[in-house]
Amino acid sequence: MTVTLGRRFAGTVIGFGLLAAGAIVLAPLIGSTHISLRRAFDRSVPFAQNVDAQIFFIARLPRTLAGALVGSTLASAGVVFQGLLRNPLATPFTLGVSAGAALGAMLAITFSWSFAWAGVSAAAAASFIGSLAAVGIVYALARARHRGLSTNVLLLAGVTMNAFFSALILFVQYFADFSQTYRILRWLMGDLDVSSYQPIVTALPLVVIAFAVFAWLARPLNLLSMGSESASTRGLNVVGAQRAAFLSASLATGAAVSVGGPVGFVGIVVPHLVRLMVGPDHRLVLPASALFGAAFLVACDVLARTVMAPIELPVGVITALIGGPFFLWLLVRKR
Amino acid sequence: MNFVLFILFVIGGNAHTQIQTRPTRIISLIPAVTEMLFAVGAGPQVVAVSSFDRYPPDVAKLQRVGALLDPDVERILALRPDLVVVYASQSDLRTQLDRAKIPIYVYRHAGLADVTTTLQELGERVGHGQEAGEVRRQIESRIDAVRKRVAGRGRPRTLIVFDREAQALRGIYASGGYGFIHDMIDAAGGEDVFADVKQEAIQATTELILVRRPDVILELRGDPVPADVRTREIAVWQALPAVPAVQNHRVYFIDQQATVVPGPRVGEGVELIARTLHPEAFK
Repeated sequence: MTVTLGRRFAGTVIGFGLLAAGAIVLAPLIGSTHISLRRAFDRSVPFAQNVDAQIFFIARLPRTLAGALVGSTLASAGVVFQGLLRNPLATPFTLGVSAGAALGAMLAITFSWSFAWAGVSAAAAASFIGSLAAVGIVYALARARHRGLSTNVLLLAGVTMNAFFSALILFVQYFADFSQTYRILRWLMGDLDVSSYQPIVTALPLVVIAFAVFAWLARPLNLLSMGSESASTRGLNVVGAQRAAFLSASLATGAAVSVGGPVGFVGIVVPHLVRLMVGPDHRLVLPASALFGAAFLVACDVLARTVMAPIELPVGVITALIGGPFFLWLLVRKR
Repeated sequence: MNFVLFILFVIGGNAHTQIQTRPTRIISLIPAVTEMLFAVGAGPQVVAVSSFDRYPPDVAKLQRVGALLDPDVERILALRPDLVVVYASQSDLRTQLDRAKIPIYVYRHAGLADVTTTLQELGERVGHGQEAGEVRRQIESRIDAVRKRVAGRGRPRTLIVFDREAQALRGIYASGGYGFIHDMIDAAGGEDVFADVKQEAIQATTELILVRRPDVILELRGDPVPADVRTREIAVWQALPAVPAVQNHRVYFIDQQATVVPGPRVGEGVELIARTLHPEAFK
């Protein structure tokens, strides 16, 4: 049994790992313009003069890495939320994280906050703080009337917070001028052109910690999928596992959204695609989703910046346009 | 005798039609048009403006009736206007005003040349045709003077940034090859780096900016930008050292509404941009 799982785990990680690695290596080579790799890596030309090197290292590489980080985070957070809420329609944004983040970014853009903290712009920092606020409120509500963590209250509180924050966003929008409103709209569609490594580096520690928790969560999520009572008879600390799942997935989502905006569809399409391929065992679904999510978003971003070049499409539009129909096709074919 | 009759008839007739159609309770929902109305001397006829209006200072005491996305129809009707200036896309509002039999003037942003033709047309509509012609000639001669000054000089490749995230090169909105700002750059002796993209505004990525290699980067803002913020924001461009504008320290902020409002101050705007692109031409 464990031998088979070990072998399947290795196969899954190697297969999806190659896919992710391929996407990350190829993506910086493709763009709206042609660059010479030889010149990009030519050390004899000073970096300040080397346009090819700057396109590669300043424009393309950071956004590829940002895509990998955001994609893998949103995909695995999606798996965790679907397992935690025992609801296949759950996404990383179901519990209000993205709406809180959007409100934060909206405030920063509308009132032109211009502080920068550890190389992270005001909008990114404010969006992360906004997501923390949303997570805190939802968590407090879900704990208020139960000693444990009620997933029903969690779900209702999350959906309500989403609606409430959306209303606040519309309210704040009345103080914004047109260009700011337009920028917020674009922020909501997701944008990976980070133009420096700093936002990625700042988000990374949180994402790494969350992934460590996800690794531990694989077995508890398997048990939870049979219902919390049967999980606790099998010796699982249900409340502890739920708490760990909620907090780690929410914080990782907040960090990812602060880097690339609330890129839609990754958190629901990737986990389901992966389940169709490797089955429901979270020990396989989690690592496979993390790797496939990275490959998926990096590939979508390549399309976003080349399809209509020099005009760039928001990456969230591509994820929805490709992810949606592809997902439906797989669903129908499976039957 | 004939001559006297002619004078009496034409001038009298003219005055007559003016009394009939000259609006005295105008509402403008577009800041650029409000500026035009005041410039041609129709300011006293304006009773309300949009919530974004700030210029000329006289608008401060006027009523506000919403703006492009949120016109307050009730207040507009309550003010009993005899002319409402609406944007072409405000189709709901247009239907409602039509139903109330309130005359409207439909406006849309276009190129630089359209600013003066609109000003003339609007001036005639509100009974100030002569003043409008005068203002039009002033604007056009100011722009022509700038064109002459910069003629024959190099035309620096210019990137116009309307807006971006503070302290980051993200969400950069740049002028494309269409619209009055694109035309203003042309008049001021610059070449828009995105002239080939036939849109008013595009979201420019860092890759695109590296490839287009602007000689000058102009950040236009309608609101005042304090000097310290300006210095900090200009420093952000150091992230793209291969861009000639960054290498040659030619990244500028212009925080004057004249450069972003397609109204009677466009001549001033063109000159401001030209002074930045070609400082040597204005010595």
